[in-house]
Amino acid sequence: MKLWDIFYKGLFEQNPIFRLALSLCPALAVTSTTINALAMGLSVMVVISLNNVVVSLFRHWVNPKVRVPVYITSIATIVTLVQLTLQAFAPVVYKELSIYLALIVVFAIILARAEVFAAKNTVIPSFFDGLGMGAGFTLAMVFIGIIRELFGTGAILGYQILGSWYNPALIMILPPGGFILIGLLIASFNIIGQYQHKAKAAKAVLQRGETVNG
Amino acid sequence: MADIFREYFTLFMGAVIVNNFVLTRFLGLCIFFGVSKSLNASIGMGMAVTSVMTISSILAWVVYNYVLQPFGLTFLTTIVFVVLIASFVQLLEMVIKKHAPALYNMWGIYLVLIATNCIVLGVPLLNAESNFAFGKSIVHAIGSGAGFALAIILMASLREKLQYADVPKSLEGLGIAFILAGMLALSFFGFSGMIPL
Repeated sequence: MKLWDIFYKGLFEQNPIFRLALSLCPALAVTSTTINALAMGLSVMVVISLNNVVVSLFRHWVNPKVRVPVYITSIATIVTLVQLTLQAFAPVVYKELSIYLALIVVFAIILARAEVFAAKNTVIPSFFDGLGMGAGFTLAMVFIGIIRELFGTGAILGYQILGSWYNPALIMILPPGGFILIGLLIASFNIIGQYQHKAKAAKAVLQRGETVNG
Repeated sequence: MADIFREYFTLFMGAVIVNNFVLTRFLGLCIFFGVSKSLNASIGMGMAVTSVMTISSILAWVVYNYVLQPFGLTFLTTIVFVVLIASFVQLLEMVIKKHAPALYNMWGIYLVLIATNCIVLGVPLLNAESNFAFGKSIVHAIGSGAGFALAIILMASLREKLQYADVPKSLEGLGIAFILAGMLALSFFGFSGMIPL
């Protein structure tokens, strides 16, 4: 049950893209189609979970002074493994993702999870923490990918969704559309956050009122 | 001679404007949004990124062409480049701290930020991927750095003006910055037909 909590917090509560705004960077470039966004998300999920396992396994042997270089080397090795695997089994995806796959190495989120969670916890919770964060990242990437592909081409995963009446807004699959969409999404999440905050405050007031009356 | 010059010039302008690293490739967004709040910091950051990127491209080129390729180790490119660049920036920081404290006070903080950054790692990787010769790698690195500096300085100027604007509460901060970057990217897109790449 506890493992589920560790996994679940990465999905929404601490979603790496929308809540923490970490590692936003290069990932956005590959969200112009849903399939690329999914491939990138899954690659990050694999890297972050495996790296958490490795960091957690070696946490007693790594001197804190040299921990960052050690973590970076570990991340780079795992990224290389993912690159070679994709190159062998999915050459088309590998070509589409090109250098962005290699750039997973410098995603702040991976180093952050190693520092914050894996360096202080045992192997299994660390694995689930990585899995949850990776799943949240994938979810957010696919969400952005679906919006961009749907409005930019009228299709999702290559299947035509909107009929011929829809005139595709090409800007959505170009970089400017990506920037503007992220801006609007951040604003929407802010609005939802404010609403939740207000609801929580109102509930607290209500409860206090009841105890006073009671 | 003229042909070579034209080729280099096309590559340079392409890297600065058409394939601007921030606005069309989404690289270096972390520093782009983090530092562009102030114009002075942006100028410093632009210069620091350009110089670090140029030197690390040279180092990476040497290692790639004289070590990795002859020994058939190109699959190690990612690991080697990351370690190389991170240690180079660390070394640079120590040298500047010791020998030019004034420069360190001005630039030191930026160096820490760019030690492991997507844009500094991205350029050497692209150079290696497109098999650029030595001269081309340098021109590409300088162009990419200049493009980054241009984008971040423009963005900082826009954001300084933005402080006087009445922005809806939910868009404040990062939200409006992203939309602004989108507008900027849109205007850079006007150049995309200029250079065939």
